[in-house]
This record gives sequence, C-alpha cells and structure tokens, in this order.
Amino acid sequence: MEKKEFHIIAETGIHARPATLLVQAASKYNADITLTYKDKSVNLKSIMGVMSLGVGQNADVTIAADGADEADAIAAIGDAMKKEGLAE
Amino acid sequence: MTKMLKGIAASDGIAAAKAYMLVQPDLSFSEASIDDPEAEIKRLEEAVNAAKDELKIIKEKAAANLGDEEAEVFEAHLTILSDPELMGNIKNKIKDEKVNAEQALKEVTDTFIALFEGMTDNAYMQERAGDIRDVTKRVLSHLLGVTLPNPALIDEEVVIIAHDLTPSDTAQLDRKYVKGFITDIGGRTSHSAIMSRTLEIPAIVGSGSATTTISEGQMVIIDGIEGNALVDPSKEELTSYADKAAAFAKQKAEWKELKDAKTVTADGKNFTLGANIGTPKDVEGANDNGAEAVGLFRSEFLYMDASELPSEDDQFEAYKQAVEGMEGRQVVVRTMDIGGDKELPYLPLPKEMNPFLGYRAIRISLDRQDIFRTQLRALLRASNYGQLAIMFPMIATVKEFKEAKAIFEEEKEKLVKKGVPVSDNIEVGMMMEIPAAAMIADKLAKYSDFFSIGTNDLIQYSMAADRGNERVAYLYQPYNPSILRLIKNVIDSSHKEGKWTGMCGEMAGDQIAVPILAGLGLDEFSMSATSILKTRSLLKKIDTTKMKELAEKATNDCETTEEVIELVKQYTK
Repeated sequence: MEKKEFHIIAETGIHARPATLLVQAASKYNADITLTYKDKSVNLKSIMGVMSLGVGQNADVTIAADGADEADAIAAIGDAMKKEGLAE
Repeated sequence: MTKMLKGIAASDGIAAAKAYMLVQPDLSFSEASIDDPEAEIKRLEEAVNAAKDELKIIKEKAAANLGDEEAEVFEAHLTILSDPELMGNIKNKIKDEKVNAEQALKEVTDTFIALFEGMTDNAYMQERAGDIRDVTKRVLSHLLGVTLPNPALIDEEVVIIAHDLTPSDTAQLDRKYVKGFITDIGGRTSHSAIMSRTLEIPAIVGSGSATTTISEGQMVIIDGIEGNALVDPSKEELTSYADKAAAFAKQKAEWKELKDAKTVTADGKNFTLGANIGTPKDVEGANDNGAEAVGLFRSEFLYMDASELPSEDDQFEAYKQAVEGMEGRQVVVRTMDIGGDKELPYLPLPKEMNPFLGYRAIRISLDRQDIFRTQLRALLRASNYGQLAIMFPMIATVKEFKEAKAIFEEEKEKLVKKGVPVSDNIEVGMMMEIPAAAMIADKLAKYSDFFSIGTNDLIQYSMAADRGNERVAYLYQPYNPSILRLIKNVIDSSHKEGKWTGMCGEMAGDQIAVPILAGLGLDEFSMSATSILKTRSLLKKIDTTKMKELAEKATNDCETTEEVIELVKQYTK
C-alpha cells in the first residue's frame, strides 16, 4: 500500500471540475484508491463519493492506493493535484 | 368532439400537429423484501444497462440535433450510472437488507440528493442533485417497465404539451419537429414563452389544464394569436384553421418586405427598432428581422454558461463578434445583471429574503470591482470594431451612476495609455427600471448619455408585485397610467438634456403600447427580433401628431388600464 498526504490550497476546495479530473486520473489504474478526509474514506474512482466529502480549502487529505500499480497511481494523482492548483 | 382550451397567447402563429405529452409517468412503487438478492441485483443491472443504452442514443441524437453543449448533460448522467460508489451502495443494500431494487435505488440516491442539496453555498453541487434525480427516474422507469418521455427522440411533427417547460426540456427539443407549445402554467415572460418567440413557433402558456385535457397523439390545432387550442378538431375546423394559417403566413410575408425599410411613420417621423439579444449568435436573427440596432445585449449569458468567471479575452471575443455582426449599427451591451433570479454556480451569493430587492446587478459590480473592471476592459477593447454602447443595470441613484462611470473612465484611460485602440465614441447610459431613478430622471440625464427603460422590472417595482407570482399577476399592467407617467417623465427628462431614451422590455414590442410610446416620443424600441417587422408595419400606419394626443389623454385623463386600451383602439382604428 502506498500513501500520500495533501494540503488543499484551492479556494473552492475539491469540487466540480477538479474532482472530475482527479477521478479520471484515478480510474486509469487498477489499484484500489481511496481518499480520506476527517476520518471518512471514499473511493477516489467515484465522482459522487469524492464530491460528497465536501473537501474545502486548507483541508488535509490522505490518498492511499493498494494494488500492483499503486506507486504510479499516487504519482499521477499528485501531478493532477498540482496541475489543477489543488495542492502544492 | 372537439375540445377547446384557452390560455395566454405567448407567441404568434398557427399550427396543427399531434400532441406529444412531455409529462412524467407514474413512478410509484412499494417496498418489498426479496429472497434472492443475486436475481434482484441482476434485475438492477439490466435496468441500469437499459438506461445507459437509452442515454447513449439520446446523447447522440442531442449532439447531432442540438449541439454538443446540450448533449453534455447526458454524458453527466452516464457518468453517474457508472459510478462505483453509487452502484456499490445500491447492490450492498439489496444484499444486506434483502429489499427490492426499486427501494434500494431510492434510498441510496436519496442520501446523495439530500447531501448535495444540503450544500446551500454551492449551486453547482445543488444542480448535481437534479442530475441524480433524473438518472434515478430513468433507472426506475426501466425497473417498473414504464416509458419516460424522451423529447430528444422525437422524429415527427408535434405540439408539445407540458405542465411547464424548463430550459433543460427545451434544450432537448429538435426545432425541426416542434410546431408549438401548450403549457399549464406560465405567463408571457416565462421561459417557455420567450423560447417560443425565439423559435418563431406558436405557443399558449397558462392554459391551466393542457396536460389533463389532452392525451398523447391527439390532433391539436394551436392558435398562438388568440391563445386558443382545439383538441380533436373536425375536418371543417382543420380547413378553417388552415385558411387562417395561410392568412397569417401572407401577413408575415408582407412584413418580411419591410426588412430593409426604414422605420418611418405616416407623417414622416423616424424611429429606431432594435433587437434584444442574449449571445453573439442572435445577431443573425436580428439582421434577418431588419433590426436597426441591438438595444439590449444581455451579457449575463457569458457568466451563466461558464464554469468560472469568463476571462477578459473570452468576453472581448463575444462583444467583438456582436458589434462586427451589426456592421456599424449600434450595439448596447448591458453590464452583468446577476442576482435576483439569476445565479452563478461559481459565485455563491448569500440567500436573501427578497433577491429582487437585494444584492444584484450594478450593486454587485460596484462591490466586486475586479469582475466589473474585467468586463469594462473587454467592452472597451471591442469598441474599436463597431458602434458599441454600454449601460449599467439597476441604477437607483446619481451617486451609483457616477461611481460606475468613473470606473469606466479609469479603465479607458489605462488602456489608452497602454496604446490599446479604443473608440472615442462610446455612449455610456443606464437602465431605467427602478421607480426612484425614474423620478429623478432629470438629474440622471445630466450624466447619462441615454436611458433604456426596462419595463419588466420597472412595472414589478412600481406595482410592488412579483412578476413570477401568479396570484398577483393581474398587477402586471404596462398600460396603467402610473407606469405611463413614469415613462413620460424619463423620456421628457432625457430630451431636455439632448439625450435619447430607448425601451428594452416586453412592452416595447407590444402592439397596444407602441402607439402610446410613439406619442410620448420614445426614440428607440428594442424587442424580441421576431416582433420588429410587425412593429415597423404598425408604426408606418400611424400619425405621431394624433399619437401625441392619445398619449396625453392616456397619461392625464385615463384612470385604469382598461380605459387606456379602449382609447388606443379608438385612435388606431
């Protein structure tokens, strides 16, 4: 299992467009990927799950991947976070 | 037996076609416990797959007939149906609680809907709740074996019968096949009415009982001139309406001949007839209908169709396209009029008790100058490509106008200093839609280059009657002497300062109001493009000296709306 923490800097948090892009990035990998915020975990391949967390600015979230391609998945999601200006 | 239905005439024209019921079927069901969860999950999967297949066809049809943008909503629906969290939760519920698929679907989707709807500070998420609701209905219809209306799949000529039509309903309609609308509710300014005038098809709104009196496939004659519909007409009635339709088509053809004519009255007075537009694409319709100007370009669409604040460059392109399309004729752009009933998903505004009396239009612009200045820069840059004018919405005081104008001048100077080409001839005016402003029009006329009277709001604020509230709809009285006096004061005040007054509300194209307005000396009439030729034809027949007399009597002597209407009829016989 591969894990990484992110500090969300985007003013609007993770919703709408950035959420869709994160889900798309996650869906490319076979590993099970979860997003955890305030002790609640959701499937990062689910747009409904991600949006239902209501992650706002300054939130600390953890992304965990479990599977053969877990390292690649975490790296790709980190890139997507940066590209969308969600986290540094 | 022929049945007759009466409503509000919302859009001219006559048509006969089969009824298409845009009405939701009964999707009620009972909760049941099941013995074989595997079989139930299979039932769910089959329904989901059928819904997906249906959505794919609808999406393709919508993209081909209506454009990619309209098709996007169905892509969003497909994404929801493929969502692992949502589907997983439903299946788990069936397995763990042994309930039927209908119940499991409803419980799980209700949780998500409640969650998203609860995000009251986030209009985008609240809209997604609507998507989930739509998708749930579609899957449910397959589980229950009933058919949902799929307007995107219509492939023969129809008259749409609905309780009400929302923008998402009309977005799915193929203009080729839709010959008219009849709705249960709504008024002349509701979405369905405005849409029907844009599409140039007859429409009746506020019929009260269209969805209960008409059934799928029945022949319907719709007369949008009188506001009548005939259901199951006889052969004779069909023939007589065909004659009426032919006469209307002939009249329309006569109007078409006035397309390139100037708007001149019988006694040789000139008026300007403009079009109201919402996007640069509407310029084509304005030109086809002989518009001499664009009297109102609602810039809101740039904000409402976007997922974030539109950039200066995006706005510049849109304004440039509009002024270029009008080839030197004036285009009056109204700066952002958000708030009231218009919300932006990415600019959450606090919920207000009285949004129409709240934080909206110029009040937002003066507060959020970052947004306002971006728009002004885009407008200034576009001014170099044609005849552009700017007006501020919802100005109530002299101070507000001066502040807005000063910001405009600042941005102009900055651009000029940078060497950006900007027109030297931009008129800067204001909307007249607040009674307080209309009362001090003489003061405002010293600063504003022109006025544009927005009658929909001016009437609702003067009468203190919400125009969307059917129970007080009788107070929407454009011809009431009170309203006419306000209008007269605005026009006279502008003329005293050598300025001009236009009107861009519904009233400017109203055939009863036009003679009075001509008599009051209104300079520019701006309306739905499709009303221009009819109005030009009317103005050609009138004599302004006579209309001055009419206007004077209407404002000074009449006591009621009814008396004014009677007077206009006498004068225009």
